[in-house]
Amino acid sequence: MLELVSVSTLNGLLYGMLLFLMASGLTLIFSMMGVLNFAHASFYMLGAFFGFQLSHWLGFWPAFVLAPLAAGGIGALVERYGLRAVHRHGHVAELLFTFGLTFVIQELVQMVWGKLPVDYRVPPSLDFTAFTVFSTNYPAYKMFELATAIAIFLVLLAVLTRTRIGLIIQAALTHPNMVAMLGHNVPRIFMLVFGVGTGLAAVAGVIAGPALVTQSDMAALLGPILFVVIVVGGLGSLAGAFVASLLIGLVQTFAVASNASLAGVLGPIMPGAPAAIRDLWDVTVAQVAPVVPYLLLVMILILRPAGLLGTRDT
Amino acid sequence: MRGEALLKVRDLHAYYGKSHILQGVDLDIHAREIVGILGRNGVGRSTTLKAIMGDVPPQGSIVFKGKPIAGLKPYEIACCGLGYVPEDRCIFPSLTVAQNLLLGVKSGQKTSRWTVDDTYRLFPQLAERAETPAGVLSGGEQQMLAICRTLMGDPELVMIDEPTEGLSPQMIERVGDLLKQIAERNIAILLVEQKLTIALRISHRLYVMGRGRVVFEGTPAELRDNEAVRREWLQV
Repeated sequence: MLELVSVSTLNGLLYGMLLFLMASGLTLIFSMMGVLNFAHASFYMLGAFFGFQLSHWLGFWPAFVLAPLAAGGIGALVERYGLRAVHRHGHVAELLFTFGLTFVIQELVQMVWGKLPVDYRVPPSLDFTAFTVFSTNYPAYKMFELATAIAIFLVLLAVLTRTRIGLIIQAALTHPNMVAMLGHNVPRIFMLVFGVGTGLAAVAGVIAGPALVTQSDMAALLGPILFVVIVVGGLGSLAGAFVASLLIGLVQTFAVASNASLAGVLGPIMPGAPAAIRDLWDVTVAQVAPVVPYLLLVMILILRPAGLLGTRDT
Repeated sequence: MRGEALLKVRDLHAYYGKSHILQGVDLDIHAREIVGILGRNGVGRSTTLKAIMGDVPPQGSIVFKGKPIAGLKPYEIACCGLGYVPEDRCIFPSLTVAQNLLLGVKSGQKTSRWTVDDTYRLFPQLAERAETPAGVLSGGEQQMLAICRTLMGDPELVMIDEPTEGLSPQMIERVGDLLKQIAERNIAILLVEQKLTIALRISHRLYVMGRGRVVFEGTPAELRDNEAVRREWLQV
């Protein structure tokens, strides 16, 4: 039991931090532009495929650095020449633009790498057991993922709160017009945030790719969870995105690992399944795990529409 | 009167949707001058400032330091040396007073007539509250902060919209004194006011606006003597 709890906690933290790498960029972009970037998970996928291709050519470590830069660069170009042009037609047009972009990126990825999973592997230098918890061998690569995510989180926090550009970004989140009228080039800051945000998503892709499956549907699989994270955390709240990322990460990991069912909990006091819930009697938590985040989403929207730490009305 | 004007506005028009707010405004502001724009609610005083700043799309000619600025983006206009303090002050509430001031400094700006310490000397309360989030300051302190933040960008002309709105009489006096001190450092001020709290006292020249146009131009003394203009365009 203790083994299950400690391993699940580590896995949950890891999953949560990876979610945060993506949610942080998404929520910053939303705060600044008022646009939910539907294509955000697509940059995560681009990160994974760029990481695969570049590590094939150059090895894992160059890929680890170059793939996020390439994906972030594409992100910045998308903002500069795509979103900015669409912006004058309003938010609906922007939303449709990012929505369309997800399909463009997915089709392009399928054209280049095909529909089947690519062989993106854990690099040999990280392919060993970091430590053993009871009888579970915990892989070093997962610790590397966790450390990378935490390091980026700390750097992001320091940049946002300690540097001048971070202050400008913070101010532009709420008062973009005033920031511009103080003489700051706000469109360029938007481009930068979009580039860095999509680059962070790509970092998540590069490091998660070898551990998960690198395949052309990975964006579509992850995108919905990402929206759950930022809605639960509160749209536009970085702290909220952090809390919600860890919450969803832990909840999902524990749910998957749990064998609890109604039969197990109520069995000792009730001999048989009541007719009304007979179908649910033997269903384990692990079996309903995929639905848990969405259940959380629905509950939050009903009970606390602004999200856990959100302040805005939207 | 004193060579070429610092800011020269000719036949300025601006629209909010379909409503024609500014219908041909002409203004001149010279270096080191304090100029007031007066008028009742809704005559286009604030819109004039926003149009000059590029926050509302302007039509017509706006020339600042000999350079046409109509059609430039707000940040480009600010970088020309034009400062703007909006009516709602727009301080950044979650950042500290010191951080707010720091954000007034433009990227790539090398020198400034103003340092953070200068602004603290002008208004010592800001120094005491340097590390306080700006959102908890009083209205008067926020106004001072908004003005000082704009000064940090080293503007040659500061446009200030309703700086005394909602302030106590004592605070209003201090804002008036602060603006005079700023003007003494070779900065021109364009001041918009509805109630005649400080404009009559500190302005060198006044414009009165009515229905999207300038309907009177003159010194404060001339306005005081012109009963007809005051009755028709200023008194409620």
